[in-house]
Amino acid sequence: MAKLIVDGQEIDVAAEATLLQACEQAGAEVPRFCFHERLSIAGNCRMCLVEVKGSPKPVASCAMAVRDLRPGPNGEPPVVNTRTPLVKKAREGVMEFLLINHPLDCPICDQGGECDLQDQAMAYGIDASRYALNKRAVEDKYIGPLVATMMTRCIQCTRCVRFTAEVAGVGDLGAIGRGEDMEITTYLHSAMGSELQGNVVDLCPVGALTSRPYAYTARPWELTKTESVDVTDAVGSAIRVDSRGREVLRILPRLNEAVNEEWISDKARHIVDGLKAQRLDRPYVRVGGRLQPASWAEAFAAIAAKVAATPAARIGAIAGDFASVEELFALKALMTSLGVANIDARPAGSALDPSLGRASYLFNPTIAGIEDADAILIIGSNPRKEAAVLNARIRKRWRAGNVAIGLIGEAADLTYKYDYLGAGAESLAALLGGDGAFAEKLAAAKKPLVIVGEGAIARADGKSVLAAAAKLGARDGWNGLAVLHTGASRVGALDVGFVPADGGLDTAAMLAGGVDMAFLLGADEIDLAGLGSAFVVYVGTHGDAGAHRADVILPGAAVTEKSGTYVNTEGRVQLANRAVFPLGEAREDWSILRALSDVLGKRLPFDSLAELRAALYASAPHFAAIEEIADAGGASGLGGVEIALDKGAFVSPIKDFYLTNPAARASKVLAECSALARSRVQVAAE
Amino acid sequence: MAVRRLAPKEVQPASFAFTAENEAWAAATIAKYPAGREASAVIPFLMRAQDQEGWVSEPAIRFIAEKLGMNTIRVLEVATFYTQFQLAPIGTVAHVQVCGTTPCMLRGAEDIKHVCQNRIHHDPFHLSADGKFSWEEVECLGSCVNAPMVLIDRDTYEDLTPESFGQLLDAFERGETPKAGTQIDRPHGGPAGGETTLTEMLAGAGRPAGADDMIAANMAAQGVARGVDPSVLASASAQADVSHKPGAYTTLDGAWYTEGGKHPSGSVDPAPASVRRTG
Repeated sequence: MAKLIVDGQEIDVAAEATLLQACEQAGAEVPRFCFHERLSIAGNCRMCLVEVKGSPKPVASCAMAVRDLRPGPNGEPPVVNTRTPLVKKAREGVMEFLLINHPLDCPICDQGGECDLQDQAMAYGIDASRYALNKRAVEDKYIGPLVATMMTRCIQCTRCVRFTAEVAGVGDLGAIGRGEDMEITTYLHSAMGSELQGNVVDLCPVGALTSRPYAYTARPWELTKTESVDVTDAVGSAIRVDSRGREVLRILPRLNEAVNEEWISDKARHIVDGLKAQRLDRPYVRVGGRLQPASWAEAFAAIAAKVAATPAARIGAIAGDFASVEELFALKALMTSLGVANIDARPAGSALDPSLGRASYLFNPTIAGIEDADAILIIGSNPRKEAAVLNARIRKRWRAGNVAIGLIGEAADLTYKYDYLGAGAESLAALLGGDGAFAEKLAAAKKPLVIVGEGAIARADGKSVLAAAAKLGARDGWNGLAVLHTGASRVGALDVGFVPADGGLDTAAMLAGGVDMAFLLGADEIDLAGLGSAFVVYVGTHGDAGAHRADVILPGAAVTEKSGTYVNTEGRVQLANRAVFPLGEAREDWSILRALSDVLGKRLPFDSLAELRAALYASAPHFAAIEEIADAGGASGLGGVEIALDKGAFVSPIKDFYLTNPAARASKVLAECSALARSRVQVAAE
Repeated sequence: MAVRRLAPKEVQPASFAFTAENEAWAAATIAKYPAGREASAVIPFLMRAQDQEGWVSEPAIRFIAEKLGMNTIRVLEVATFYTQFQLAPIGTVAHVQVCGTTPCMLRGAEDIKHVCQNRIHHDPFHLSADGKFSWEEVECLGSCVNAPMVLIDRDTYEDLTPESFGQLLDAFERGETPKAGTQIDRPHGGPAGGETTLTEMLAGAGRPAGADDMIAANMAAQGVARGVDPSVLASASAQADVSHKPGAYTTLDGAWYTEGGKHPSGSVDPAPASVRRTG
């Protein structure tokens, strides 16, 4: 720790802190453009100038370390001033230079109202320009379908360049030319190739990089902001849903150090138009082979008739990736009351088993814990596609150095280097046997992280893979088993026990003709052909695979239209809030199930979401602790599982990062991204 | 300086590859850097590619990026940052880099530029009609003593006048390789007409043994290079010795001034404070 006097106030700061951080700690506000906590220091905007006693010139506080300051002649702590006339004058000078070439087109700029330059110009700008010459104009660049560019507005802070190079790990953006002619661009105007590229829009302190799909849509002060969580993957990134009236207009990341820091994936951000398109806004009943619009009563009557005619053993329920804990709890309660044992929320063939303990299906070391790991083994997963934000965290750990990363599964560009150990179970068996250099590194690791993806679990020997992973990651006081789920609903479903009851069929068995009537709660990612001629009730939001197969469609609320609890892959209970009301006649899923239960004569014992939650919390108290990870209850039961590995490669279930759910498939923006990504793969293959 | 962009697609070659000789050089160059730091070789590689083709083409940038395991944009950043890299084709015979910085400008670089504009192309970085020449204006190349000057390939051509520069371009056009360096009668940056100072030393006073022979050999070599008979040279140095007297000044162009700032021709010394005292 080092002592420092900031604006007359003596503070203790870490010696390696920058002056800017020290000033913030002392409560002083320091304006900045190029500096960002999560990126390397560039020191090129000069806006953060402060006065350091003894220095003949103002000092860029972001690039000056506290330990580099010299004490006074008698050993007094260094003195830093942030509010002196010199500082104000210096910053005004910097601002004037920045504005020389910045177009004053705020009225037509999408950044208006949330622009760092605009805000700071209010404090440090002067009311007139002394610059009589023409302003510099810069050609706009195409850098992808998600980011619109107005490069004349660029102040060359290079945050976007540093983000793509350091966090996203693709190095697509660069600054060509020099001096006044410096321009931010991709190579030959190609599109950026990162799943996190949308974040450069948030990073851009001016309106040079703005969201292309959101262009000219709304002003920030018109929007209602709702804090929520992202459900497009199992990471549970914190998001803010911005809506106006009944429409969700955009989704932005929210800070959550434990999960997503401040990034979100492009799928989470740009699913917005998919939430509005292809929506089911009224019930439908299949009459004579065609889906006909119907009233709720007609739809319920059709279901009641079928339920009455079908033995409970031939009824099943499958939940999809977007289902919240409340819906799963309600559906499970309804099915139990009907005497139905066939319920499942796991993908076909999945070996996840809640009876082995919560620790057997969680990302036990936690996402923030990735940074503590000293060896990382990835089994049957492509984290870049399955959890892009989590992959950025692994990359962050890799950049910090001294970590061995190994991969068993499909070789892919994960944005960091790894030892490729093989494609499938044989390589895992060899690793378990201690073969190879990586096995030694893993054995020597004190905090190994073993990430197991669905590609390795949804197999006949899935339980053995899990047990092998648990064994490889087990240390005293450290459970390195990290199950990386692909669906936001998965952990919540396992927590409420949405798995086959005694003698019940699992997803695979139901899809193999095990049922005559199936309730699909937003389940679109399963192979519906397996349902054969079964009567399908689809509760969901989009006219996707499930709705096409359905005999009765009950329109549900999309994730932004309901309040629901989700549990992310590390077991963190999170609350998604309602930003807008459901579309048309659509209702929140739990209330649909409640109403249906009434028609079926098995009325569920709750009349409101609050009552439902009270019942839920009574059955599983850990759901009440929002944003917390309940203790998984010691070691999992995987230790007792006999490891018998088959042969064969692990294949990640995610083929296309951009199209993993019905809302994403309905989105034009994500379709364009997907097409681009496919063409990139094609070019790479040629 | 203007925005530097890659040349349009139409002029870009289809592909680029190092010659066998350059490949061997490339392997040796990469080996100079520690493993994982291959990207450090990007500037030498770009220079080599430019030496091979005359300019840095888009396929060359991709080739180098691949060779060094870099992102193409990183190589493009370097190529566009340094103005020394030509991003468009240059004249097949000569690419003239005219120094336009203050000393050269004061000594007539503008006239040299006009010659370029008239003979090659009105605008820099454009090929002449026959594709043989191109030109650009560059910043100081360090030959201020011999201003004005141009750089063609790796050779400087100094003390130019529009006429001598025109003859220089003629010679290039004929396929000759004109003598590099100063285009007037002076030894490098020395005075026109031969050495005028330190002639006592040349005469042998207080020098170490063997130095005389070296100087003589040097002077003879220079004399031969300038086409001067060695015997004439000896007598010239003797004359210089006579004219050398304390209190005399010499200017950069080799003209003599007497003490008090009077030029032999009667004009007043234009800049007595800036001249070098030789006495």
